[in-house]
Amino acid sequence: MMALSRETLVSALLLVLLVAIPVAATMAGEPFYVTLATRIAILALAAVGLNIALGLGGLVSFGHAAFFGLGGYVAGIFATHAFNGEPLPFGIAATTSMPVIWLSAMALCGLVALPIGAISLRTSGVYFIMITLAFAQMIYYFAVSWPSYGGEDGLSIYVRNGFPGLNTAQPLPYFLLCLGVLMAGLVLFQLIKGSRFGTALEASRQNPTRLAAVGIAPFGIRLVAFAVSAMVTGLAGALFADLNRFVSPSMLSWHMSGELIVLIILGGKGRLFGPLAGAMVYVLFEYALGGITERWQFFLGLILLGVVLFARGGLLGLLAGKARHG
Amino acid sequence: MAEPVLQLSDLRKNFGALKATDGVSLDLRQGEIHALIGPNGAGKSTLIHQICGSIRPDSGIIRFLGEDMAGLDMAARVRKGLGRSFQISSLAPEFSALRNVMLAVQARQGSSFRFLRPVASDGSLTGPAMAMLERVGLEARAKVPAAELSHGERRQLEIAIALALGPKAFLFDEPMAGLGPEGSKRLTGFLDGLRHEAPILLVEHDMDAVFALADRISVLVYGRIIATGTVAEIRSDPEVRRAYLGDAA
Repeated sequence: MMALSRETLVSALLLVLLVAIPVAATMAGEPFYVTLATRIAILALAAVGLNIALGLGGLVSFGHAAFFGLGGYVAGIFATHAFNGEPLPFGIAATTSMPVIWLSAMALCGLVALPIGAISLRTSGVYFIMITLAFAQMIYYFAVSWPSYGGEDGLSIYVRNGFPGLNTAQPLPYFLLCLGVLMAGLVLFQLIKGSRFGTALEASRQNPTRLAAVGIAPFGIRLVAFAVSAMVTGLAGALFADLNRFVSPSMLSWHMSGELIVLIILGGKGRLFGPLAGAMVYVLFEYALGGITERWQFFLGLILLGVVLFARGGLLGLLAGKARHG
Repeated sequence: MAEPVLQLSDLRKNFGALKATDGVSLDLRQGEIHALIGPNGAGKSTLIHQICGSIRPDSGIIRFLGEDMAGLDMAARVRKGLGRSFQISSLAPEFSALRNVMLAVQARQGSSFRFLRPVASDGSLTGPAMAMLERVGLEARAKVPAAELSHGERRQLEIAIALALGPKAFLFDEPMAGLGPEGSKRLTGFLDGLRHEAPILLVEHDMDAVFALADRISVLVYGRIIATGTVAEIRSDPEVRRAYLGDAA
């Protein structure tokens, strides 16, 4: 039998916890914990998306909230138009069907990410961080100043969008749906990481000159990675809006971008389950300490400081040891 | 005579008042090793950068296989068949030696936008990559991350990557640097056979290696080629002796 690595064991344990808690909570009649677990799964998915750009490609995007929020607004706008019985602009039929909404959110995020990436990727380092931030802020202020979709107040989704064969209004089915999407995102991440594209992408992070010297231009690889990354984060945004039945510009804000980065650094960047580990710790802190003090982020900051100083591989690195490449 | 594989015509590059490349013309012919020597600061690196596409010349033409390379970036030149090694080893440090070579194999196959199939079990990548590691004698270290290889092993890996590209010309920038006498001797023997696969433009300080290998030598001093000729011609050239070789010849 193949020996399981510690990272695999720790990852499996995280997954079991993520599934067991909401199931137990449902049986105990505590739906709040199901919502908490759903929040973890969705934030983890958003961070899995960012992890493609940041973890594999070394592209520190400080603007991924743009895609998270755009995905959220796609869900919100579809739901609002469907609720009011109005078609969308360009004659697109409004729907409350999640698969259609998800595909639309991903398509939109991919399309928006291409020009943002094409411009941002001409820079690197701090400039890349600042340009991605600037683009996200532009979209943020656009949403704030667009009254037809709630502007600053945001947009409510009166009835959660539906998925064929599932009662998404119930907490547990919706959690399981989000879990399924998260798993799909994780599978995608792992496939990309092991593929030719992933090899080139990781090489572009480690040594772009080396990549160019075998005849692969880093720019194209990074641009595609940025777009794929944005699409996954956008999908998570659509799920997040449906979870809260609400979408507002705060999903687009730079706080959100920072939060996604924190999730990855906390959990272990470039690692398959890093985002999930990060999201679990983050949400548990938010819940457990948030009830005691408004300044729970201070304590999260301390942990983050510890991770950055003493455990570069994140919490997963701490628990499972150094990552090895094939 | 057949057209040269690589041809530089009156290449010029100034950095302010410094003439780093001052009217360099040079060619690399099929089947030869053409050594480029010169003292430190002669402009060898600047010249290499222009050939590879990381520095744009102020004027002059670089032709590779008859085609003007102006406007092509580094990656595009490599795809045309210009394989290079770096003066200071430039590898993907976290990847194993094998995966470093696999990257070159996949680049040669022209297929980096494949997202799903795992490379680890892809025989069309691992097979040729392993063969290249065997050619340079690094097969026992295939699974070791590049960062953990010794200096000499990293130099070997650089060569294996260049081989895996199946280039039409090699550009080796001080491949012997830091190898020690034993390593230099082995690499000299290896390069000797390699010239029949593709011609080599060799920048090297190790004069034993240069004299043993070169079909022709060009001497670069202050951005100018002061002499080009066979080993015997260069060794007996009074200007070269004065400017560079000194007692070594």
